[in-house]
Amino acid sequence: MSYAIEMRNIRKEFPGIVANDDITLQVQEGEIHALFGENGAGKSTLMNVLFGLYQPDQGEIYVHGKKELINDPNDAARLGIGMVHQHFMLIDKFTVAENIILGREPKKHGVLDMAKAVKIVKKLSEKYGLDVDPNQKVEDITVGMQQRVEILKTLYRGSDILIFDEPTAVLTPIEIKELIEIMKRLVGEGKSIILITHKLKEIFEACDRCTVIRRGRNIDTVAITDTNPNDLASMMVGRKVNIQVNDAPYDPKEKVLEIEHLNVLDSRKVDVIKDLNLTVHGGEILGIAGVDGNGQTELIEAIAGLRKVKDGSIKINNDDVTNQKTRKIIEAGLGYIPEDRQKHGLVLDFSVGENMVLQTYYKKPYAQAGILHNKVITKKAKQLIQEFDVRTPSERTLARSLSGGNQQKVIVAREVDRSPQLLIAAQPTRGLDIGAIEFIHGKLIEEKKKGKAVLLVSFELDEILHLSDRIAVIYEGHIIDIVDPKKTDENELGLLMAGRKKGGSEA
Amino acid sequence: MSFFEILTIIIPSTLLTAAPLIFTSLGGVFSERSGVVNIGLEGLMAVGAFTAAIATLGLEHAGLGDASPWLAIVIAAVAGGVFSLIHAVVSISFRADQTVSGVALNFLAAGLTIFLVKMIYDGKGQTPYITHNIDKINIPGLSKIPIIGPIFFQQVTYTSYLAILISLLVWFIIFKTPFGLRLRSVGEHPAAADTLGISVSKMRYIGVALSGVFGGIGGAVYLVTITSNYNVSTIAGQGFLALAALVFGKWHPIGAMGASMFFGFAQALSITGQQIPFLDRLPSVVMLTAPYVLTLIVLTGFVGRAEAPKADGIPYIKGQR
Amino acid sequence: MSRILKKINWMTLLIPVVSVILGLLCGAVIMLIIGYNPVLAYQSIVESIFLQPYYGGETIRAMIPLMLAGIAVAFAFRTGLFNIGVEGQLLVGWFASVACAICFDHLPKVILLPMSITAGGAAGALWGFIPGLLKARFKVHEVISTIMMNYIALYTTAYLIKNFLYTEGERTPTIPAAASLASTFLADLTQGSRLHWGFVVAIIAVFAMWFGLWKTTKGYELRAVGFSPDASKYAGMNVSRNIMLSLTFSGIFAGLGGAMEGLGTYQYMTINSAFTGIGFNGIAVALLGLNTPLGVVLSGALFAGLQTGGMTMQSEAGVPVELIQIIIALIIFFVGSGYVIKWAFGRLSRKGHK
Repeated sequence: MSYAIEMRNIRKEFPGIVANDDITLQVQEGEIHALFGENGAGKSTLMNVLFGLYQPDQGEIYVHGKKELINDPNDAARLGIGMVHQHFMLIDKFTVAENIILGREPKKHGVLDMAKAVKIVKKLSEKYGLDVDPNQKVEDITVGMQQRVEILKTLYRGSDILIFDEPTAVLTPIEIKELIEIMKRLVGEGKSIILITHKLKEIFEACDRCTVIRRGRNIDTVAITDTNPNDLASMMVGRKVNIQVNDAPYDPKEKVLEIEHLNVLDSRKVDVIKDLNLTVHGGEILGIAGVDGNGQTELIEAIAGLRKVKDGSIKINNDDVTNQKTRKIIEAGLGYIPEDRQKHGLVLDFSVGENMVLQTYYKKPYAQAGILHNKVITKKAKQLIQEFDVRTPSERTLARSLSGGNQQKVIVAREVDRSPQLLIAAQPTRGLDIGAIEFIHGKLIEEKKKGKAVLLVSFELDEILHLSDRIAVIYEGHIIDIVDPKKTDENELGLLMAGRKKGGSEA
Repeated sequence: MSFFEILTIIIPSTLLTAAPLIFTSLGGVFSERSGVVNIGLEGLMAVGAFTAAIATLGLEHAGLGDASPWLAIVIAAVAGGVFSLIHAVVSISFRADQTVSGVALNFLAAGLTIFLVKMIYDGKGQTPYITHNIDKINIPGLSKIPIIGPIFFQQVTYTSYLAILISLLVWFIIFKTPFGLRLRSVGEHPAAADTLGISVSKMRYIGVALSGVFGGIGGAVYLVTITSNYNVSTIAGQGFLALAALVFGKWHPIGAMGASMFFGFAQALSITGQQIPFLDRLPSVVMLTAPYVLTLIVLTGFVGRAEAPKADGIPYIKGQR
Repeated sequence: MSRILKKINWMTLLIPVVSVILGLLCGAVIMLIIGYNPVLAYQSIVESIFLQPYYGGETIRAMIPLMLAGIAVAFAFRTGLFNIGVEGQLLVGWFASVACAICFDHLPKVILLPMSITAGGAAGALWGFIPGLLKARFKVHEVISTIMMNYIALYTTAYLIKNFLYTEGERTPTIPAAASLASTFLADLTQGSRLHWGFVVAIIAVFAMWFGLWKTTKGYELRAVGFSPDASKYAGMNVSRNIMLSLTFSGIFAGLGGAMEGLGTYQYMTINSAFTGIGFNGIAVALLGLNTPLGVVLSGALFAGLQTGGMTMQSEAGVPVELIQIIIALIIFFVGSGYVIKWAFGRLSRKGHK
């Protein structure tokens, strides 16, 4: 039988790491095929090989049964392979139509024929029910719409094999549902789809078959009807997952974080936090569940003094820290594991040691009268590296050269060591391997046991459900409900995250 | 002196000084729209001016007469284009810091041109004067129009009007052709362009080479219309002024042309201001520094935000986000 | 000692060394093509600066502003900023120091000399602060703004001299002896070169950069903000203030460089119609010195030697002194292309292993 795509024994090496090792992927005509694996398992590398962005060191690629060499994205496009990138490859300042035709522009006497371009885009959009406006600028449309533009880019190039790279990461539950419908419609029109994902739910909702890869190697390819989520999960991880469960008794102490009637504007001066009230006690982990973009980032930034509060108050340990300077708030007892660890959590070109004192470098014993005590800093760094099992050649190594998991350990070590009364952890395990995830979950639970308040923000419902003592669901900038993790399930949370309160009423 | 008379002095003088700036800043538009910062415009103008001097002298000698300076401009365009390839190779292929490379390009141009002048003219630091300049003329027909004629079409050079026409052409190329769309795309989001099969390096090489061609023309026009010989102080800041015009014009061809006109106007005032009532009391330093001060003010965003292309100045490395 | 040697990353030294060698080789090739004798040319440079005290003294003299300009650029680089405005900061520093010296010529040396030097540094600081403010407050890129500031400095100082401090010869009057850094002792020692006490200032500046950036909490902050403004902000640092401080400090070094020219080398300031080039050379010095204090001293010495020796090269080997500028430009290109040099060496050494 002929496959739409067959990648045989692909090997791809990067300096110091084998990203793909003898991987075989067979995608049948007209199916939605999941490529399932952890972050860093080699999914994106494999797809970039297929798309011509990387050349494989070994292995062969067959498209519709014919052996092909794919040297660049042009070759891929010629063979009908299109990619919907995870990080959208769109030019903000260009219109939708301009983005779509770029590289294959309709011309009239050598001049851009935008009228024709708009017409083509409209027609394509209608055919697949995508409903985009070709004349709008990309910067003015929603994330969901932007993704449709990405899809249209591939359709415009006549692709019949579409790769979706983690397409749901940025979407709301409703948008996810719509996307799956779109994908099914595309398959109905004769396209074949590869869906790269690490989310089980999507696989069971959308896919026909699934190939699991782990650490750059093939594990198995199975039909969805022949498997179940548990099997797939253990295939992905390669062992029984030792789930850290928050088993310490729930024994809330005094209020550590008190937020009252908080209102915050985003960078476009739109209200993103609306009359939000929230209290976190010592000795509890409060999880905030919600779809990306419902105000989580702005809420944390407001607490940390990184974003101006328009209205309302924030107290830490009864200290009013509303609109205080970040340093003041940190000194008042805030620890913060930021969402973007490389951009916000570390100075990548500083050594591990220097990063360990990023908030405390000016204080005794690390400094006196403006002069650094480098010996004390080094000693502290060595101690933390050992305590938190940071895998680094030495404390002088640049943070940049550490793996993601070890970078996160540096941040966690630094924040926990300061012994803050309130610890905010934003997406603390995103993109990490299972070992690092377990370690970090353990540390969060430990902090709770010490009587600290932990505010956990995560898009991974599992993480929220396993770790939290209480779950606050955030929707459009306010807390729509607070639920007990033992008395709720993914379904209820999913509904709340979409703005539906119990009893079906729309919030 | 009547207002009309003032205009007949100032406008032609503005057009004259603006032309080299227009060409050079248009070159900057090509380069920076493709995502390569070009601090080296000054050096490219120096190469253009030097080449134009040598070429005009040679062509005159060969008996080409009035055609010499025009041909010299073409030769200078080629020379500028070739010279700019150094910047392209170093900053695009070798991923050097574009500002560093631009600074070095200015150094190299200044050193190399004077070095060559000394080689060619037995150790003298300057070239002889060319005898066939592109002169100020009254444009036939148009200069006879009452009022407008004497202001805009008497005592002007053709190069000024050529510069204006070409800025319109550049606008058309950048905003209305597939080439322009692609050029802008690699300056805004090279990875996106790459995934659509557009070669980022190729587009950027073209962008930089065009900046060389236009910078070369700018320098050449400056030489054949204004200075007439090449020495160490011929191009002293003209390239940086063009860079300011590019920024002042918000990386837009028509904007760059307008800014160049404005800077030309300021320069014209600083030179001819003494003849004009009221202005003669204003210190010339005000006019001389005006372009730079105003560019700083524009950049602060008081007069609408000036935004550089998003990927301007960032080397593109495949596979990196 | 062996501990220090171990700390040095030899690969990073490779790039500047290879760049200098390649630059000099290219210079030699150019000379060969045109028909000069490169051996004679380079020999004349080396002989003059090492064997003739006058040229030796002039080399050290030329090092002073180059080192200060280099420190100015390197300091800004280390804090994430590209200061192309050293040239302008140097000019205003030069002017301010000379103007201060002339205006207060009745003061005794113990007051007037430090005061004039301070005036130079302060003027440079102001000229650095403005782009710093524009960047911190309005996000104006410092490369563009410092270029603009250069020209404003050039025209403004020329105007001020012409209208307020003019004397014959298109320059300011000579400064009073009470403000001078010149030294008959040093001049005699070097057979009449213009070597002056400014080298002490330059050495202090080198030390100040090292100590300030790596040994103080402010330096830690400045470097953190330079590498990652976002992470620094999240860690509670004031990013805007640090950007302004960084360019201000950088401007002080540059301004001092100008003061050294005004109070030491020339004892006056001319009306400049074009830039001195020292500021731009400072970029080369900083880059070749890998933006380290010691590196700036070494590369400052190299460029000063080349420029001073270039004079002898012109007179003895007949090679136009502009060749030196070409060589410096090429060295910057090579240092800037460090990525390729590393890559090429990686290839070569890998082949060697096979």
